Amino acid sequence: MTKTSLRTAALAAGSVLLALSAVPSRVAAQEHGGPGDADQAEQFHEEPPILSTLLVDRLEHRWRDGENSIDWEVQGWIGGDTNKVRLNAEGSKPVEGGVEEAEFQLLYSRMTSEFWDVQAGIRHDVRPRPQTTYGVVGFEGVAPYFFDVTAQLFVSEDGDFSARLEAEYDLLITQKLVLQPVAEVNVSAQRVRELHVGPGFNDVELGLRLRYEVVREFAPYIGVNWERKLGETADIARDHGEDPSDLSFVTGVRFWF
Amino acid sequence: MHEASRGLSRRAALKLAAAAGLAGIVTVHPGRRVFAAADQSLDLAVERTRITIDGETSGAISIGGSIPAPTLRWREGQEVVVHVTNRLDEATSVHWHGLLLQGVMDGAPGFNGYRPIGPGETYTYRFKLRQAGTYWYHSHSASQEQEGMYGAIVIEPAGRDPVRTDRDYVVLLSDHTPEAPESVLRKLKVSEGYYNNGRRTLVDFFRDARRDGLGAAMDDRLAWGEMRMDATDLADVTGYRFLVNGKGPKDNWTALCDPGERVRLRVVNGSAMSIFDVRIPGLSMTVVAADGQNVVPVKVDEFRIGVGETYDVVVMPTGDKPFTFFAEPIDRTGFARATLASREGMEGEIPERRPRAILTMEDMAMAHGGMDHGSMDHRTMDPGSMDHGSMPGMDHGAMQGMDHGAAARPERAVGWADAGTPPGAKALSYADLKSFSKARDLREPSHEIEIQLTGMMSRYIWTLNGRKFDEGAAIRVAYGDRIRIRFVNTTMMAHPMHLHGMFVELENGQTDRMPRKHVVLVPPGQVTTVQLTADEPGEWPLHCHLLYHMASGMMTRFIVEPRTASL
Repeated sequence: MTKTSLRTAALAAGSVLLALSAVPSRVAAQEHGGPGDADQAEQFHEEPPILSTLLVDRLEHRWRDGENSIDWEVQGWIGGDTNKVRLNAEGSKPVEGGVEEAEFQLLYSRMTSEFWDVQAGIRHDVRPRPQTTYGVVGFEGVAPYFFDVTAQLFVSEDGDFSARLEAEYDLLITQKLVLQPVAEVNVSAQRVRELHVGPGFNDVELGLRLRYEVVREFAPYIGVNWERKLGETADIARDHGEDPSDLSFVTGVRFWF
Repeated sequence: MHEASRGLSRRAALKLAAAAGLAGIVTVHPGRRVFAAADQSLDLAVERTRITIDGETSGAISIGGSIPAPTLRWREGQEVVVHVTNRLDEATSVHWHGLLLQGVMDGAPGFNGYRPIGPGETYTYRFKLRQAGTYWYHSHSASQEQEGMYGAIVIEPAGRDPVRTDRDYVVLLSDHTPEAPESVLRKLKVSEGYYNNGRRTLVDFFRDARRDGLGAAMDDRLAWGEMRMDATDLADVTGYRFLVNGKGPKDNWTALCDPGERVRLRVVNGSAMSIFDVRIPGLSMTVVAADGQNVVPVKVDEFRIGVGETYDVVVMPTGDKPFTFFAEPIDRTGFARATLASREGMEGEIPERRPRAILTMEDMAMAHGGMDHGSMDHRTMDPGSMDHGSMPGMDHGAMQGMDHGAAARPERAVGWADAGTPPGAKALSYADLKSFSKARDLREPSHEIEIQLTGMMSRYIWTLNGRKFDEGAAIRVAYGDRIRIRFVNTTMMAHPMHLHGMFVELENGQTDRMPRKHVVLVPPGQVTTVQLTADEPGEWPLHCHLLYHMASGMMTRFIVEPRTASL
């Protein structure tokens, strides 16, 4: 996909999502209120103004045997109670050198129940080369026992299917000291030669971070992160002279506004 | 200083009452715009200002030049005219909380044809006072109430006041935050538990496991986790300073009185979000009125006051020593304090702070316990006694009134209703409230309306019957109807439910003397029922008086429709 067509696609997707998000609330107002009620409601308390927030969940230095790296994971949204536009970004770069992995997602997110949002949109990976664009559907929410869960299904521009499941948990040791275990698995439906992945489970990542919330919005942390490539994906890594298993100590900061 | 700090002597009060008799001659038909000359007219400007509490200054909005706004002392039967001028750069409004009046004078934007007062505009309120008692007024626009737009109203009865006192003070409780209200709401929406600094931790878990056993502690955590709810979710916002008549604990607002005098304290909870437990260590209080309406006097040691409620109490300080008026919010994040003393500058002791309660599964009984609401007989659901006696999980062997299980576990309070009242002390329960006068309308309600108090707490969306204000259908009743409303609280927070324009009668076990209220505090997981004669035509707001709950959607229209010929 060329740069221009990508931009067009993104813009089109964005405007469709915004249009979609505007429709349901207008319909709701007409259904339930009498004439003029909607106008009156606008003068008073109702759907609060469009809100937005940006969370830099992870911005960390990973210390490992081989090359140290800087890794990040960012989530933001803009919208109301029911409809939101989400932006997710994650990536990694060696301390010395250029970006190795960088992924962006632009999603329309709609509340479907107290604890769950369904999401759809696009994902674009700038790295690794070649750049790849995906369609995304998924859900995000809080499972019983307060597990934060994200599940996403991807279909690439070449028709390849893959999926990702992520879960995390906040364990309060004190009001300010929080231990956060994280688990992530990636699955591919087929071999994607240029991305060095095989069919089945590609990798699993387990993390454990201990953060101190100086204030709610700002928390430095330390932790450990372990990744393991699996199956054919691991074989491919070995063929390229890489260690399929990777253990790193991390130090970083979480902040939001 | 504003009038709130000035005690009214008994002689002055009698003079006022005599004058009220004359004022009562002017007859005005409610429901019709009147142009008759008013007995009293006043101007109130709404403007941005600064408030200094305990030496720290932050932004605020005042009505009538002060925070709280001036206490308006009126007489029953009088017609009042109030010109409100908006000097803000946003729309505003003034709502007369608890007053019976024509809908357009009620001051709730979007209701009864009332339009908000635009910047630079003046709106003239004009209404005849059809009642006596303690009420208050506040903004009904955006979050201006949080920023300081509240003041008390004292209406002397046209006839003789059954409550005879030597001193008369307004004690207006409120909460103030230096944070912009918009920012507070955004934080709650983005991260619901943002302000909860009392969440249960691993440290608490081990402490509970040591005391209750590992299995019990684990079961408890799993039960709350399964519901994805937080047992420490008592109040949504912290960072508040708690005020008495606009003064912080250090500023120490003082009510002057001599030993042996009978002092009437008109306690108004004008907070945005804070429910208080109120006591005056060393003094018992006699509750003589609730929500402006006289009740058969009941002697208590403490009471819980929901947002928007008012209680008038009479106290008699003895001995020449200061007494501390102490009001703790239920999440115990601070306190409001004032002093009763014979001269300024005296200070009583600050009493020991009460423990913060942990909610129990019983607080969730109605919502999640699988109970069938429909089959429950409301008559047995007397809300006063439900606060304590009927809680299955609590140890309440020898409980009397609100003097409950706290004795068994002094180190912590268990359950929303547990204020940490010491053994032997009497806390006011709704069941204790008995109207001073007999009810005028003794008809059995002809129909029943169920209003579920609902919400998605994890997203900070608050609703009635599962719908936000802009989505939900209005409640319609016919003029003159006798109705029962069942408030079914399916959430784990208490909601002070406020109906404009009318009083409701609380079904609390009294028969012909149910207390008349304008705010009913519905405990978490419980059902509270009220009766109502729909005799005030119009389109009235019915909402939770927790400001950010209302702002998040917990409001509906309660429409009293004129009867048509076909009926």
